[in-house]
Amino acid sequence: MKYLANVTTLSYAADKCAGCGRCVEVCPQGVFEMQDKRAAIIDRDLCMECGACARNCEFGAISVNAGVGCAAAIINSMITGGEPSCDCSGSGSSCCG
Amino acid sequence: MQIQTLQFVKKVAPPWTAGTVNTPVGSVFRLSSDWSRPDYWGMIKSRSGAFRMNYAVSPGLYAVGDPTKDSDVFVTANYKLTFDMLRRELKGMQAWILVLDTKSINVWCAAGKGTFGADELVNRIVTTKLDAVVSHRRLILPQLGAVGVNAAEVQKRTGFRISFGPVQAKDIPAYVQAGYKKTIEMRTITFPMLDRLVLTPMEINPAMKKFPWLAAGILLFFGLEPQGVLFKQAWFGGLPYLILSLASVLGGAFVTPALLPFIPFRSFAIKGWLIGLLAVFAVHQLLHLPAPGDTIAMIVSYLFFPVMSSYIALQFTGSTTFTGMSGVKKELKIGIPIYIGAASISLVLLIVLKVKEWGLL
Ligand code: SF4
Ligand code: SF4
Repeated sequence: MKYLANVTTLSYAADKCAGCGRCVEVCPQGVFEMQDKRAAIIDRDLCMECGACARNCEFGAISVNAGVGCAAAIINSMITGGEPSCDCSGSGSSCCG
Repeated sequence: MQIQTLQFVKKVAPPWTAGTVNTPVGSVFRLSSDWSRPDYWGMIKSRSGAFRMNYAVSPGLYAVGDPTKDSDVFVTANYKLTFDMLRRELKGMQAWILVLDTKSINVWCAAGKGTFGADELVNRIVTTKLDAVVSHRRLILPQLGAVGVNAAEVQKRTGFRISFGPVQAKDIPAYVQAGYKKTIEMRTITFPMLDRLVLTPMEINPAMKKFPWLAAGILLFFGLEPQGVLFKQAWFGGLPYLILSLASVLGGAFVTPALLPFIPFRSFAIKGWLIGLLAVFAVHQLLHLPAPGDTIAMIVSYLFFPVMSSYIALQFTGSTTFTGMSGVKKELKIGIPIYIGAASISLVLLIVLKVKEWGLL
C-alpha cells in the first residue's frame, strides 16, 4: 500500500554511497535496492519517513526528516508546539500497537 | 563469581523459565520455549491494551536451549509479547537473548522514542558482561530496531557488529538457515486485513468515548423549545442525527481501515470521506432518515457526516505501517480548514432550521 505521492523528505546523494548495503537491510518499505554496488531508490513514494536508513548510513548519503505519521500526534504537536510523538502508554491515541 | 551468581538469580524464577545455564560470569535463566496458559492469556491482555505497564520482562541476558560461547545473540525489547514471540520462534535453537529495558514498550515504538537505542544496548552489553559470555562479536537485532539504533556507533563503542534480522520473529529460523540473509518479504512490513481489523477497536473506542457528548449535544439541541427542553422533540428531531453519527463512526473507524486498499485514492481523509458519504446514503435509502423533503436536514447530513468519517479515518494513520509524517501533515493542512468549515456551516444551517421551527422567521 502506498501513501501520498511526492511528500517524503527523503534525500539521497548517490555520490557519497559506499555500497555497504545497510539501507537496504534496514528499510521496512523496500525503498532501496543495490544496483551496481550502489544503493538506488526504487520507489520514493513508499517511504514512511521512519529514519532507519539515515540513522544507519555511515557515509552520510541519506537524510530524511524522520517522524511519526500519526494524525493525533501531529494535531497534538500543532496545539502544543512540540515535536509530534506517539504516546505509547496508550489511553486515547492508538499510535504504536 | 559467587556474587555474580547471586546478582543474576536473586529473584524467584519467572514461570516462563526452565532452570539456569552457567556462564563464565554467572548463571542466567534458561527460557522455556513453550507457551503456557498465562502466556496466551497475557497475549490477549496486552493486545487489548490493558495491564500493559505491569507486564514486563526483567532486562538482561537469557538462554535458549544450551547456548555456547559461539551461539547467536538476539536482542529484543522487554515488552512481554515481543519477547514471547521471539522465545517461541527460537524453539529448538541454542541462542542467547539480550533483553533491553524499553519500559515494556514494543521494538517499533521504543526505537522511535529512543529507548530501544544505542545507549541502552551498549549499557546492557556492559552490565551483562556479554563480551565474556560469548567469544564472537555479533548481535542480531530486530530490523525495526534500526529506527533507534545506529549500528556503527554500537560497534565503535563495544566491538559488537550488528545485523538487523527480519521484521517479524517468525522469519528468524529461515533467516538463520539462509546464512543470515533476508528475502524482500522478510525485510518489508505488510499490513494485511487481519492486522487492520485487530487495530480497529483502538479506533472505535476513543471515538465512542466522545459519542455520549455528541449525543447529548444533539438531543439538547433538538429538545430545546421556547418552553424548555422537550424530550419527545429531542428524540424525534435528534434520532436521525444520532444514527448518522453512529454510521460515520463505523465508517471512519471500522469500514475504512478494514477495506483500506480497496477504497480509491491514497489520502486517508478522502477514503474516509467516501465511506462516510456511502454511510449517509445507506442510512438515507434504508431508513429514510432524515425525512425526504427536509432539504436543510439533507444538506447537513451530506455536508457534516462524511467529513466526520473523514476525520476519524485520518486518525487511523497512527496505526498504519506506511504513512509518513509529511503526508499526514499535508492531509491535515488541507483537511482541518475543510472540517472546521463544514462543521460551522452545518451548525448555522441547523440553527436556521431551529429558528424557522420556532416560527421566528
Ligand atoms: S547505507 Fe549509505 S553507504 Fe551504505 S549502501 Fe546505503 S546509501 Fe550507500
Ligand atoms: S526513512 Fe524509513 S521508509 Fe524511508 S527510505 Fe528510510 S528506512 Fe525506508
